[in-house]
Amino acid sequence: MSKITEGTAAKVSLVVKAEALNLSFYYGAFNALKRINMPIYEKRVTALIGPSGCGKSTYLRCFNRMHDLYAGNRYEGEIRLQPDNTNLLNQQVDPIEVRMRISMVFQKPNPFPKSIYENVAYGLRVRGVRSVATLDEKVEQALRGAALWDEVKDRLNDLAFNLSGGQQQRLCIARALATEPEILLFDEPTSALDPIATASIEELIADLKHKVTILIVTHNMQQAARVSDFTAYMYLGEMIEFDATDTIFIKPKNKATEDYITGRFG
Amino acid sequence: MADMTVAEIRALIVKHKRWDLIFATVGVLALMVGVLTFASLFAGMAIDGAHRLSPEFFTNFPSRRPEQAGILSAWVGTTLVMIVTAVTAVPLGVAGAVYLEEYAPKNWMTDIIEINVTNLAGVPSIVYGLLALGLFVYQFGFGQSILSAGLTLALLILPVVIVATREAIRSIPAVIREGAYALGATKWQTTADHILPYSIPGILTGVIIGMARAIGETAPVITIGALTFIAFLPPAPFSGDPPAGLFDWLFAPFTVMPIQMFNWTSRPEAAFHQNAAAAGLVLVVMTLSMNALAIYIRYRLRKKIKW
Amino acid sequence: MSSVASTHSLNPLADNTVSARLAKRKSRHIRERFIEVILFLAASVSVAVTVGIVAILVAESYQFFQHVPLRDFLTDTQWTPLFDDAHYGIMVLLSGTLVSSLVALSVAIPLGTIIAIYLSEFAPFSIRELAKPFLELLGGVPTIVYGYFALLYVTPALQYFYPGLPGFNLLSAGLVMGIMIIPYVSSVSEDAMRAVPMSMREGSYAMGATRFQTAIRVVTPAAFSGIAAAYILGISRAVGETMILAVAAGMQPNLTWDPTEPAATITAYIVQVALGDLPHGSIGYQTIFAAGLTLMLLTLLFNILGHMLKRRYRQAY
Repeated sequence: MSKITEGTAAKVSLVVKAEALNLSFYYGAFNALKRINMPIYEKRVTALIGPSGCGKSTYLRCFNRMHDLYAGNRYEGEIRLQPDNTNLLNQQVDPIEVRMRISMVFQKPNPFPKSIYENVAYGLRVRGVRSVATLDEKVEQALRGAALWDEVKDRLNDLAFNLSGGQQQRLCIARALATEPEILLFDEPTSALDPIATASIEELIADLKHKVTILIVTHNMQQAARVSDFTAYMYLGEMIEFDATDTIFIKPKNKATEDYITGRFG
Repeated sequence: MADMTVAEIRALIVKHKRWDLIFATVGVLALMVGVLTFASLFAGMAIDGAHRLSPEFFTNFPSRRPEQAGILSAWVGTTLVMIVTAVTAVPLGVAGAVYLEEYAPKNWMTDIIEINVTNLAGVPSIVYGLLALGLFVYQFGFGQSILSAGLTLALLILPVVIVATREAIRSIPAVIREGAYALGATKWQTTADHILPYSIPGILTGVIIGMARAIGETAPVITIGALTFIAFLPPAPFSGDPPAGLFDWLFAPFTVMPIQMFNWTSRPEAAFHQNAAAAGLVLVVMTLSMNALAIYIRYRLRKKIKW
Repeated sequence: MSSVASTHSLNPLADNTVSARLAKRKSRHIRERFIEVILFLAASVSVAVTVGIVAILVAESYQFFQHVPLRDFLTDTQWTPLFDDAHYGIMVLLSGTLVSSLVALSVAIPLGTIIAIYLSEFAPFSIRELAKPFLELLGGVPTIVYGYFALLYVTPALQYFYPGLPGFNLLSAGLVMGIMIIPYVSSVSEDAMRAVPMSMREGSYAMGATRFQTAIRVVTPAAFSGIAAAYILGISRAVGETMILAVAAGMQPNLTWDPTEPAATITAYIVQVALGDLPHGSIGYQTIFAAGLTLMLLTLLFNILGHMLKRRYRQAY
């Protein structure tokens, strides 16, 4: 089945999981995001691309209220999460609540100084899960989902630091998956990894497609083309174009997008 | 999470955030223990001893009668000992630190020196007293004197001066060093004309903190044999007949402020305890202002540097 | 490089011939080497001090052990060096040191750790900026003043609750010593925690953890090697403390594990002897070096332990 037909068939069952509505963001006085409107479709991979400094990581980190950790930041607009239509950016909504529903994988693998098992179980323990049987089951499920189970099943009590870079990143993905998040955020997950590890992560993301809703920031256009269903091109804090990946890469509607894709710019 | 409703999540968060509040409260309470101790210490000494703080207190010798006892011999002794300490510790410490930062090659000898500096910082002060007793007082024959005490305290604070100087030197950008070398300066010229002048505030911080520590040290000075009851002053520096008499003061018996306070505290009579409180106030004000000064210099350093 | 060969002209560069320059360079070189040697000697003083300490303690202790068998020293249950029927059991002094240190650490370690976690992970900037200098000042109070405080304020306060408490006791001294040590524990621990990278905290917050959960489950374990080093520092400090104990716990050797009793520590004993009038070379004089050697070995043991701990957990990063 050709890629275009596959894309069209998939489009039929699209459900909006989250939507940014006139989202703006300020680092102090600096306006980093300018009135972004964009849907995130359920169980699809959406990629954010654009040159350095365009605001894609800033945008991503709005989804799990990471900016709240630092002083001087300000949101405007909304991000509505379905099915309950909650505005994630509402001051009344506790950031912790948002983060319990939306997980994140960071650019540089950041496992905790704990065993492999405990790293994956961390999110579950934070949620109060205590039954060993439940934890065992969910940890194994998450590690399988991250294609790491076979490599570590015999050494679950080893320190996570002893894993290689690629394995650590997959561990972080397992950790994020263990809590069955409604959206999984990836912030340039392979930029700190070697090509072989990068390939295995991309394969993993392709595997997760249609099982988990994914929003991924990448500075690597080819990666976006390979793994995503939808792509958004951002520049200087604005959403320039958002469409199905095929459309963006084969026949973009916006000249600026085309310039970026073809390498004439950025 | 798939199997938790939003309401359940919110309830869980409320439950967990309670711990944030509890711990923050406990943290503040823990800090209050320190604050309370300090406040009651200071207030207690002020209440008990402030009335003794007359000019006579500073110009009287200790006496069998508490109302007439003063700290003259003690603060003079402290001053003279501190002169010896400073004159010894500062050059030694700065020179040693300069060597370690600018000259020392990466070999086993340098490692041994560095291990020793770290180790010495952790040696109990009374052990320095034992060293001084065996070495300075008897072996070298300096006797139970200001010289022995000054040298001992200098060795005690040496690690402090070395570490502070090293940090000060390290914080100088390589660019300045390279600029000097590029103009053909020798290592020593670079160090003396460029590195050291810029390091002075940092060095000063370390020296002040070291001296404050030395002023308050009792154990090593007692071990050397400073006397606890001295009713006379050492000869004034450089007042004797030259050449040997110039340094008579270094070999004279003496006492220092903390020992005087120790002496009065150890007496059973409550009246002497008031003297102790007064002496304590003087000591605390002295050492704390020095520490505060050092903290202030460090604060200004951090804010001010514009290379 | 061409050389200006004329040395008799009015040329201001006349003494700048190659040979003159080389001669100047050589003397400059000698001067540089000389300075380097001086600086090296200054740096080596630290080694000399260590050697001196070891030499003195070992030499005098050697004399001591000529008279007193090591077995007696380690196992005798009395310490009465100045009596006619002299006993030299170091256990007596060690018990004072250990009991007072335990009391001190039971205050300093919990409070110091809590303060460190609070300042590093919870406190707003303004409180941090006030608390840190304050703690530094707290640690800068001369120990004789703390001793005075323990004897004349803390003991009477404790006696209000526990009337049977003797005027000299290890408990007050230990408590005040503990408070004195808090700044050492808290500042080293806090430095270790601040060194934990923000990315690790973000990873924890991103999983929905609260500040407390992040601080306790992620940051503190990550800083473990530094925190352990802080504890070791505290232990060293407690074992080596002199004046607080000399003033408030009394200087009467007493083999006891009960903190409400008066007792002498190794350090207080040395002070007691130094206050007296022991002739140089007498066995009484030598006892302080034997006691000092024991103290040094104790602190050395802890320093090595601390060093090993640091190395073992440094690998995690």
